[in-house]
Parts: sequence; C-alpha cells; structure tokens
Amino acid sequence: MFDDFFIRALVAGIGVAFVTGPLGCFVIWRRLSYFGDTLAHSALLGVTLAFTMEFNIAISVFIISSMIALILIQLQKKTNLPGDALLGLLAHSSLAVGLVVIGFLTFIRFDIMGLLFGDILAVSVDDLLIIWIGGALILLVLKLIWKPLFASTVNYELAEAEGLNPDRAKAIFTILMAAIIAISIKMVGLLLITGMLIIPAAMARNLSSSPQSMVIYSIIGGLLSVIIGLFTSLEFNTSSGPSIITAALLLFILSLFKIKQSIKLKN
Amino acid sequence: MSIDQNILVKLNDAGLQLNNKWLVKGVSLQVEKGKIVTLIGPNGSGKSTTAKIALGIYKKIDGSVEKYTNKVGYVPQKISIDWTLPLRVNDFMMLTESLNKDTIDEALSLTGVIHLKDKNLGDLSGGEFQRVLLARAISKKPDLLVLDEPVQGVDFTGEIALYELIKKISDELSCGILLISHDLHTVMSATDHVVCLNGHVCCSGSPMDVAKNNEYKALFGEQASQILSRYEHKHDHIHTDEGEIKKN
Repeated sequence: MFDDFFIRALVAGIGVAFVTGPLGCFVIWRRLSYFGDTLAHSALLGVTLAFTMEFNIAISVFIISSMIALILIQLQKKTNLPGDALLGLLAHSSLAVGLVVIGFLTFIRFDIMGLLFGDILAVSVDDLLIIWIGGALILLVLKLIWKPLFASTVNYELAEAEGLNPDRAKAIFTILMAAIIAISIKMVGLLLITGMLIIPAAMARNLSSSPQSMVIYSIIGGLLSVIIGLFTSLEFNTSSGPSIITAALLLFILSLFKIKQSIKLKN
Repeated sequence: MSIDQNILVKLNDAGLQLNNKWLVKGVSLQVEKGKIVTLIGPNGSGKSTTAKIALGIYKKIDGSVEKYTNKVGYVPQKISIDWTLPLRVNDFMMLTESLNKDTIDEALSLTGVIHLKDKNLGDLSGGEFQRVLLARAISKKPDLLVLDEPVQGVDFTGEIALYELIKKISDELSCGILLISHDLHTVMSATDHVVCLNGHVCCSGSPMDVAKNNEYKALFGEQASQILSRYEHKHDHIHTDEGEIKKN
C-alpha cells in the first residue's frame, strides 16, 4: 500500500496535520509566529548536518532547532536587544550559514528547492514512521502540559500563583516546536512550515468560540489543506509545500465569511 | 510542616528589590486558616508586590516566604485577556483546575454571574469580569485566597454583597484570606488583622489597634482613623446581634 509515493505523501501529510493543528493554536495564542520561522530557518543547518554525517534528517533538524531555541533564550537573558531582532538575527544567519555549508558540500547533490518548499517524492516509509510515532509523542506531551501551558498563555501570574509551573510548560513547548518542524520539513519545506502552523489555526479562530473548538477546526483545516494541496501538487506538478499552503490560504479566505460576531462587536 | 498547623503562608522579613529600588521591604506577616488579613496603604506602597511575594510569583526575594498549601485561589489586580484567545466564562473557570458543572454553577451563582456562563470573556464589562474572577478563585475551594482589590469596578450594592460573600467563604471553607483593598469602609468589619504598608510595614494589628496608631493617622489622616474605629465598633455590635455566625 505504501509503495505508491502519493499514498506515502498523503499519509505523511495527514500525520503532520494532526500535530500542527493544536500546536498552531498555541503559536497564535502565544504570538510565536516568528519564533516558529526562526526554528524552521535553522532547520537547513540540521539538514546539511544530516547529509555530511549520514544521519537521519528529522533527528538532526530536531537537535539543531532545539539548540537554536536554547541560544535564543540565552541571548534574551544576556543582551538588551528586542526579541524580534534576536529572532531575525538567528533566522537569517542560520539560513545563510546553512546555504554556505551546502556550497562547500559539492560532492553531494542537493535538491535545494525540495528542501525549501517540500517534496512529496522524497517521503519514505521511514519518514512515515518518524512522522506518526513522533507526532503521537508530541500530541501526548502536549496533552500532558495542556493545562499549565494554556493557563499561563491566558495569564502567567495566575498560573504561577496557583502552582502550575508555567516555566516548565513553556520550555517543554519549545522542544515540541522543534520536534514538529523536524518531522514536517520534508512535506512542507522549511520556508513554509510556519504557514502550516499558523494558517489553519488562524482559519479556526474565525470559526470558533472556545479553545477546544479552535483546536478541532485547526486540525480539520490542516487535513483539508494537505489533501487538497497534495492532489493539486500531483495534478499540476507543483511543489507540495506551496500547494498545501495555498489550499490553507483558500480555506482561511472562506472562513472570513463566517467570523464569529463577538469579535466585530468589540471594535 | 509548620509548628502551628493553622498557618497557610508566612512572610519573614520579606522584600523585593528591582533595579536597585526597593518595591517593598521587611514585611513579616502570616495568614492562618479562617482568618482575613487585609493589606492597606497608599498607591505604590507595595501591597500587590507583597501579595505576589506571598504567592511565590517572585523568585529573587529578600527574606523568606513559607507556603504550606498549594490550593491557592488568586484574583490579580490587573489581568488582560486578548482577543486571540476564544475563551468563554465556562472555559476560564476551569483554567487552573478541572471542575465539574455543579461546582462551576455554584461559584458563578454565588457571585451573581451565572447568566454569563456561555459568554465570551472579552464581552464582559469590568464589574462582570471582576465577579467572574472572584468566582473562579473560590470555585476550587482553596485553602488560601489572595484577593487583590477583588471588587474594583463592581457597583456599590454588589460591592457590599461580595465582601459579605468573602467573609462567608472564609468562615465556611475556613480558608485564609489575604485581602488588598482601598475602601476601608466595607472591609474592616470583617478583617481580623490589618497590615498597613508604605514601602515597609508601618503598623499592624487588629483594625482597632491600627486606627489608634499615630503612623497610620499620619498616612491616612484623622478621618480614616475614625472610619476604622467606627467599624470596629460596628463589628462589636454585629457580634451581640448575630452571635452564631461570628467567632469569639
């Protein structure tokens, strides 16, 4: 059944969408879009590392992205630069360093476009295992830290005062972000992963009135984007990442017609 | 464990320094089961800071804080919820602890906002939101309640009713309450212990003791002193009338 590359891509994409749905909601709630971008850009370094050391891509991307997240936290403590400047600094420099390193690795043929924008042909049975097992682990951990993470997203001091340990939840969430980028990089490509996190969740925000319903709509939006996007990719021979993200955008535009009234009333 | 089993939280000479400036310094106080401790003082005197120290929100403090319970309900002075979160009152009630429907309904009824249960949190008025905050804090039946100006923005009749509710909760759940309030009128009748802050503890004791204190008079004026003593008097009066609900 997994012999067909398209079936593999579909199964992989569905697995990714189940995880990006709930994580994407937190990315929106906690205003982490650019943080996600930074981790994703740094993934290129992880990919080059994987090629030079003949290592699994997902694992090395996970390691590098986690390291970048740690460096970011340290820089935030030690410097007086604003958060967005640090994010930009890390994002672009790690992307640049990654591309420079690729330039040196002339002995390996790189599909840069596939790396940046996703390549459904590249999804192997091993990748499927990583996506589904890794994805299940991410969701399990997210469920365990849901309460402290959500409470501290609403109000940090309330969560801290009532004994929920929000700092630990935040640190674990950062690792989950690195993990989702690692497992979805082949499907969506590193330039567009954040889109997969944000756009279905943004669509879901337009339709929902409670956090739980937003998570569910976000998953549904992600699944539809993957399915529509991959069929388009197959039909028109376009890169899988841009096709999926374009499908997500269309769903978002449709959702604008159903924005919950309560938001409008406030302004 | 503490030697005295009734102590819920105890501050020993606690203080907080930020950017070489003392926000509050040398505060010692303790909150016991079933007792209401009220912090009073002018703006910027360190009331909220002291409450946060007691809650353990600040990590790098001077002195020490001993907390003997993890069942805490907190009503912060300021809280802003932004629209990126779709959050109904019902979801907010379960923010830090999962509660069943009856518990939530009971707490919301007590503070008079049960009709708002399915409303979006962002659509509430200031007073309504304050009632929801209080309902959330009491719904988990905490051992320790920290209430930082819990009735701000609530209408006058509601204010009195909520203070009565707070007193009732303290008696029924025998939980300790650390209360911050500006209006001396309503609060004092129920308070067991008053701590008057002005960057440090300027005086403390029963409402009556504090009212007589000269530093307190200097800080708040003669009139405020009369308010305190008057309510202390009223307090006595209530004792003789409805002895069964008052201790002592």
